Amino acid sequence: MENLLANSPETRTQPAALNGATPVLRLTNIEKVYQTKTIETVALNQVNLAINRGEFVSIMGPSGCGKSTLLSLMGLLDEPTSGVIELDGRAVTSFSDKELANLRNLKIGFVFQSYHLINDLSVVDNVEVPLLYRKGMSSKERRQRALTALDKVGLSARTAHFPGQLSGGQRQRVAIARALAGGPEIILADEPTGNLDSVMGEEIMELLMTLNRRDGVTVVMVTHDEQQALKTQRVIRFFDGSQVS
Amino acid sequence: MQRAAKHDVLIIAKTMLRSYLKIAWKVLMRRKFFTFISLFGVSFTLMILLVVAAMFDHMVGPGTPVKRVDRMLFVNAIRQQRVDDHGWMTMPASIHFVDDYVRKLKTPELVGISTGASNATAFTKSKLLPLDVAYTDGNFWQIMDYDFLGGRPFTKAEVQQAQQVCVINEATARDYFGSTAVVGRTIEIDLKRYRVAGVVRNVSAANFYAYADVWLPYTLSSEYFKDNRLNGVFLPVLLAPSAAAMPAMREEYRQMMKRVEIPNPKEVKAVFSYADPILAGITRGILNHQDQTMDDDNLDSFYLIMGGLALLFMLLPALNLVNLNVTRILERSGEIGVRKAFGATGRNLVSQFLVENVVLALVGGLLGLALAAGALALVNEAHPVAYAHFALSWSVFGWGMLLTLIFGLMSGVYPAWKMSRLNPVAALRGSGEQK
Repeated sequence: MENLLANSPETRTQPAALNGATPVLRLTNIEKVYQTKTIETVALNQVNLAINRGEFVSIMGPSGCGKSTLLSLMGLLDEPTSGVIELDGRAVTSFSDKELANLRNLKIGFVFQSYHLINDLSVVDNVEVPLLYRKGMSSKERRQRALTALDKVGLSARTAHFPGQLSGGQRQRVAIARALAGGPEIILADEPTGNLDSVMGEEIMELLMTLNRRDGVTVVMVTHDEQQALKTQRVIRFFDGSQVS
Repeated sequence: MQRAAKHDVLIIAKTMLRSYLKIAWKVLMRRKFFTFISLFGVSFTLMILLVVAAMFDHMVGPGTPVKRVDRMLFVNAIRQQRVDDHGWMTMPASIHFVDDYVRKLKTPELVGISTGASNATAFTKSKLLPLDVAYTDGNFWQIMDYDFLGGRPFTKAEVQQAQQVCVINEATARDYFGSTAVVGRTIEIDLKRYRVAGVVRNVSAANFYAYADVWLPYTLSSEYFKDNRLNGVFLPVLLAPSAAAMPAMREEYRQMMKRVEIPNPKEVKAVFSYADPILAGITRGILNHQDQTMDDDNLDSFYLIMGGLALLFMLLPALNLVNLNVTRILERSGEIGVRKAFGATGRNLVSQFLVENVVLALVGGLLGLALAAGALALVNEAHPVAYAHFALSWSVFGWGMLLTLIFGLMSGVYPAWKMSRLNPVAALRGSGEQK
């Protein structure tokens, strides 16, 4: 048991504050409260955490503990009720919608549990979506970058296919290629293996780890799977909206 | 630096437009039922509008023989207000009125007259030939631009001498003689014989001022009275030297009316008459003013009513499209969420959905044009109006496309705006929750 603990990700944690480098993402005193007419729900309570460049972090916890809310805040898709989010050392709290959209486009890639591919677009067109909003990029360069991203996930032979023609694992690979295409600093993956069987889930996990190891992409992954979480460098655990480890 | 930025913006716009068009086409093809309903609404409405516009254009637009319609004023009636509230008498003008007043106007380049077509009969060897006969003067033929297949119009001299000459249309020539090369031959109408001076192409019966099967000198008309009555059967047409001279000519006519002597003041209190452009003449006749002594051609009211009706007519399918679009867009909330997550701004998304809608509306518009062309072909085939050939003109086509674009924008702006405000997290969940 002690040995297991000695090798557990928690013990390998090296928060940015300790090694002195600026974290790619830092959340300070984050609170997220959902308010309706009759009820107030605290989704996140006083969250403080930092994600270092090149890290592979997993976020774990039971359903409804605030994992996905946290990922939305990290991805600048939602605003905290209070607290500060810093991306690359810059607080984004006062940014306009347009500035946030631009930051998401340049620095963040998303991978969703249900893939969220656009069924009307081919694989390569799906991967090009983030690049459509990139200033000054020619269609040739866009296509090249999409093909490179597809090559990285091993789907070079499926570029002209449509999502409906692919297996779940292949769709998630396309989604990862799409997240990679824009060359983001951080990939946020919300239960990327949640809809896949164990073999395919394993493949996707391997792919994310390879991207992290080989290309130095920072990955933050929400997961329910303890085994997969243990493969990452750090596990952050949540319970009832609070960080417990 | 600025040029480089402009270049970037152009590249992005071009790239996005191509991508939007691609996805627009795929969405339309994927949702065939939705596409059909939307297209049906747009194209059917446009078809009706285009057919009505084509008919309207045919009636009041420039066309043979009323080519110079922008320089013509028409006098449809002399309205006499009787004494002691005995009502009104409205009839066309008499020759006395035309000769002593209208022909003495200074501004018109030419003043001509015609009558509305009246019934007459001719007999061929085998059948009875019902004809519409109109009476005109020599100037009339110079104001109107009839296509002569042979011969010539009758001259001023022939009119003055009340010679038994006529101009007939192509259909009459064929029906009566079996040929159009009939100049100099004789046609018998209502037991009177006339020498054919010329043969013209058929003129649509929708063209009130120019239509007839046979034209005779007005001096042969049974309504040609030489006394000083004001009412008769004649419709003066005034040709201005230029379109710019139209207001002056209209005003001179107005002033002229103040000088008109009432021949029977014991019976008639006042006389009113107006020289109007073709459409204003119609609207003055149709939309009667409560106070008939008021000089109002009701053209503004006509445009207001027609514009309102057209807008209302367009509004219904547009609202239907808005409704369908909101549903369709919310169905695609996942896509909206993804695009927002990967950096699309609200403006990007509004553009995308507007492009989709405009593409849909334009396809609907083109279909509407095709349907309108088909409908007009059927109408022309059925000959509801003698010799009328309704056609889609380029101006009607242009208006059609403009209306279509307005359609696309009208039905796309609200759903696109609503969609652009979707919260990305909610959109990804598919709940359609607004920011």
